[in-house]
Amino acid sequence: MIEDIELETLINDVYEYYGFDFGSYSRASLKRRVNRIFKLDGFTHFHDFLSKVRYDHDYYKRIVDEITVNVTEMFRDPAFYQVVRNEILPVLGTKPFIRIWHAGCSTGEEVYSMAILLKEAGLLHKSLLYATDVNEKVLETAKKGIFPLRMMKEYSENYRDSGGQEDFTEYYIANYGIAKFNDELAQRMVFSQHNLVSDNSFNEFDLILCRNVLIYFDNDLQKRVINLFDQSLSLLGFLALGTKETLKYSIGPGKYKQLDKEKIWRKIK
Amino acid sequence: MEENKVIADCKLVIIGGSAGSLHALMQILPELPQIYSFAIVLVLHRKNTDEETLEELIRLKSTVNVNVVEDKVPLLPGFIYVAPSNYHLLFEKNDTLSLDTSEKVNYSRPSIDVSFESASEVYKQQLVGILLSGSNADGTQGLNMIKSFGGTIVVQDPESAEMPFMPNNAIANCNPDYVLNNQGIIEFITSINNQE
Repeated sequence: MIEDIELETLINDVYEYYGFDFGSYSRASLKRRVNRIFKLDGFTHFHDFLSKVRYDHDYYKRIVDEITVNVTEMFRDPAFYQVVRNEILPVLGTKPFIRIWHAGCSTGEEVYSMAILLKEAGLLHKSLLYATDVNEKVLETAKKGIFPLRMMKEYSENYRDSGGQEDFTEYYIANYGIAKFNDELAQRMVFSQHNLVSDNSFNEFDLILCRNVLIYFDNDLQKRVINLFDQSLSLLGFLALGTKETLKYSIGPGKYKQLDKEKIWRKIK
Repeated sequence: MEENKVIADCKLVIIGGSAGSLHALMQILPELPQIYSFAIVLVLHRKNTDEETLEELIRLKSTVNVNVVEDKVPLLPGFIYVAPSNYHLLFEKNDTLSLDTSEKVNYSRPSIDVSFESASEVYKQQLVGILLSGSNADGTQGLNMIKSFGGTIVVQDPESAEMPFMPNNAIANCNPDYVLNNQGIIEFITSINNQE
């Protein structure tokens, strides 16, 4: 187990040597992640671990990949996707062109979920899904649209619970334990690396999804990121967060209006 | 067992449970008086789908107010908090709660071990950990961690637990300060910080 002071040393060194800033990450989760990799890689002395991070660039990349949490699901929280399907897409559908940003997309399960919704609404051809993550490795997976086959039963249940009525198995080809999603879905996706901690707005969007990413950030960084989303969102655009995340500590009242019970806000000013 | 260990400066009582624990809680919670000087956090294994029904149930059954857990909510004395399904619940040094969707631990998210371990680092000897009924090994490691940081650990008497595996596993691998049935747990919590 590493000590708090050691964690702070690691944060400082990673910033100093590589310019990557974990300084505003929530400490409880960050410490767990660092402890996990420390144990997993068989370290017993913090000093050895720190030296390896400092002087071995590949190991540093491994640390970043392992610390940034990459657990995601297709149609996670079906009720959320039901609202997207029934309330958001009909509004977006009136636009000539739809731009969507998945910020912190991880391995892309939510991006493919969205593409399926857009396809079923007949909107995929005029949509563009920008999917970004800080972690290069997960973006490679996301681009391929290949997910573990063993997850498909759960995803197909999620899909149905979210109001999906098609045959979910039609969206992928199963092969040797993997499910490869149809290229048609990926055609409207653009993947690129983007760090919410340090990078800026790069386009204007009608819908931004950033679900279960802000939970890893402290309040100050959450404010920065929400502000970044605000700058990147068109008037009357939608912002979707995770089911346990909120705008209320980050942005004053009156600028956004929450939809029903879901964590979706519409920019009204 | 150290009988009569006085719990005088407790800030948090964290209760973990799995199968059968809800039944125990439905007996324990209605009997608790309003609490003032510490918070109660419940970490229960539950289905992803029954979002907030557990909070509703506890609200109905308990005189202690329930605060809904969202990311970074302050942990305030006098309230019950329930770990949301499909997230790990963690404790920050500034007395706020944070959430984490990383891998399941002991096939569980929330994992009792994860929350117990996180709480033990922050609250040290001001923490009481209670482990209830269940049929997996989650919680045992967390109890040991609470103990190693000077906190107090309590295990539901396996005889009174619907699913004795979890308490038995803890008793075999930890050195609990108390092993109590439901009535004993009620009296124990009521005595914390000399609350009358």
